[in-house]
Amino acid sequence: MASKIVSFTLNGRETEVIVKPLTTLQKLLREQLGLTATKAGCKQGGCGSCTVLVDGEPMMSCLLPVEDVEGQEVTTLEGLTQNGELHAIQETFYEKFAVQCGFCTPGMVMVAKALLDRNPRPGRAEIVEALTGNYCRCTGYEPIIQAVEEAARRTNGHGV
Amino acid sequence: MTQEALKVVGQSVLRRDGMGHVTGKTIYVDDINFPDMLHLKMVRSPVPHAKIKGLDFSEAEKVPGFVRALTYQDVPKNVYTILCLIGVGPDEEPVLAEDKVLYKGEQIAAIVAETEEAAMEAVSKVRLDLEELPAVLDVEDALRPDAPILKDWGTNYFVYEGHHCRRVRFGDVEKAFEEADNIVEGRYQTSPIEHAPTETTGCVAKPEADGRVTVYTNTQALFFTLDNTALILQVPFQKLHFVGGTVGGGFGGKVDVIVEPIATLAAMKTGRPVKYKFTREEEMRVSSSRGAWRMYYKDGVMKDGRIIARKVTSYADAGAYNRHTPYAVTKHAANVAGPYRIPNVWIDGYCVYTNRQPGSAMRGFGVTPASFAIEVQMDKIAEAVGMDPWAVRFINAYRDGDIKPHQKVVEDATLIEVIQAAAELVGHELPEEFKKMKSSDREEV
Repeated sequence: MASKIVSFTLNGRETEVIVKPLTTLQKLLREQLGLTATKAGCKQGGCGSCTVLVDGEPMMSCLLPVEDVEGQEVTTLEGLTQNGELHAIQETFYEKFAVQCGFCTPGMVMVAKALLDRNPRPGRAEIVEALTGNYCRCTGYEPIIQAVEEAARRTNGHGV
Repeated sequence: MTQEALKVVGQSVLRRDGMGHVTGKTIYVDDINFPDMLHLKMVRSPVPHAKIKGLDFSEAEKVPGFVRALTYQDVPKNVYTILCLIGVGPDEEPVLAEDKVLYKGEQIAAIVAETEEAAMEAVSKVRLDLEELPAVLDVEDALRPDAPILKDWGTNYFVYEGHHCRRVRFGDVEKAFEEADNIVEGRYQTSPIEHAPTETTGCVAKPEADGRVTVYTNTQALFFTLDNTALILQVPFQKLHFVGGTVGGGFGGKVDVIVEPIATLAAMKTGRPVKYKFTREEEMRVSSSRGAWRMYYKDGVMKDGRIIARKVTSYADAGAYNRHTPYAVTKHAANVAGPYRIPNVWIDGYCVYTNRQPGSAMRGFGVTPASFAIEVQMDKIAEAVGMDPWAVRFINAYRDGDIKPHQKVVEDATLIEVIQAAAELVGHELPEEFKKMKSSDREEV
């Protein structure tokens, strides 16, 4: 099958790529564009380490064909740091030890971002619910939950 | 040391690598790519035990992007054992299988190709001519006289200095059993456990212009892996430059030396960088797991709660190859008495081979199964003599200066203090006599 040209917005920049049909967004980001913050823990939708935002919704990029993001806005962890300034979620993950080996961190941060954008004052249960698709083997999840709570407090319920 | 000199103790210090993790700038091994990089995938055994009668690469070679295959004949010193570096032998694990396979998923031949997809496709087209053999999948079955023998030296157990198992003999258990008021027995078993790190095992080997090879790896044991790789490839150690330290979860699962030797060999043979990274399925099915154990305990106990004798027979399931299990059994044998003073102890600890995925290191391996058995055993003892489980532990707790069964003098015991602190944390009121106990002095009970 012939390759296709796909246009979309990636971390705020107009982007045009040539991909073979059914190439996943994960493979495009990591191997073609060199954006390796998005991880590849399982390549089967099981671990959440490859989560990116597509029009603000968290999606596992290992299951998403690039054709499906035509005309949409894709945000990866690289797009969260603006002009060298950390996002509140990045700050609290760092300060609250919500990172250990760091491999799940990109997916966790993106899921947290989607949650706080949708619901600036989530309760603990809502945070846990939002993180259930993301696997962490080091922390036991508690510091991650606390980091998301703290990020919500820091933005004073105004979204982030 | 003055109080002013303490800059870190008592402080919360931010992680050195934390900023890289939250910004996505930390580079893990799979983030490393080179323009001319090749991919290595493995032809694996589909059965737990078989004779290899032939390999046919003719269809695999036709796959677009196929570069070359590697078999055991390409590996300079194909048979190794990881712990040879601390004197464990003999060598027994092939990098690539020769005339037989001993577990499902065992590495038989490596395929190197231009892309990961091409390598996978070529792997699927390699024809294996195998004669399946009866498999032994249980440690005690493996020691029966009619079991298929897996090792060239003629036994299904590791030989410890001429002995069939790791033995500890301390006092006279049989005599003490006769004197005991109660005998408490237990059979304990633990299952294999996969570490399931979020990042799968992998490496990239890159030949450099000066003739050295740089190996980027997520191993937990960088120099152990460098040394084993150099021995397998029969090259001087300084020819290899290992770069590591960033591990996306290990927990003991990335201690064995599996991907680096063959990827480095492939890089040397092709003159190009080679990536060999496990898929999630490989991580689950062929990476070393925590080994499974079966343990038989027999304790002689007095009415007052004192354990006066313990006899243990333990079987560690190494799976098909040593990896770290011979060492785990030694650690296990040193710890079967637990943190308790038992004057008569007898243990036979077997390192047993079966046709299962090799077991290896994982968080306290060898000791953790013993601790599980010991603490359940302590509760059973409390029940048998009709005492409080806390009391049984205080009465038997080891103290500074006691001799452990493997002839080590106990230093800095602190068990009593730990139990006291635990009681306080859970709000359990201890009798005065236990509150006053100390590890630093032993008044006879």
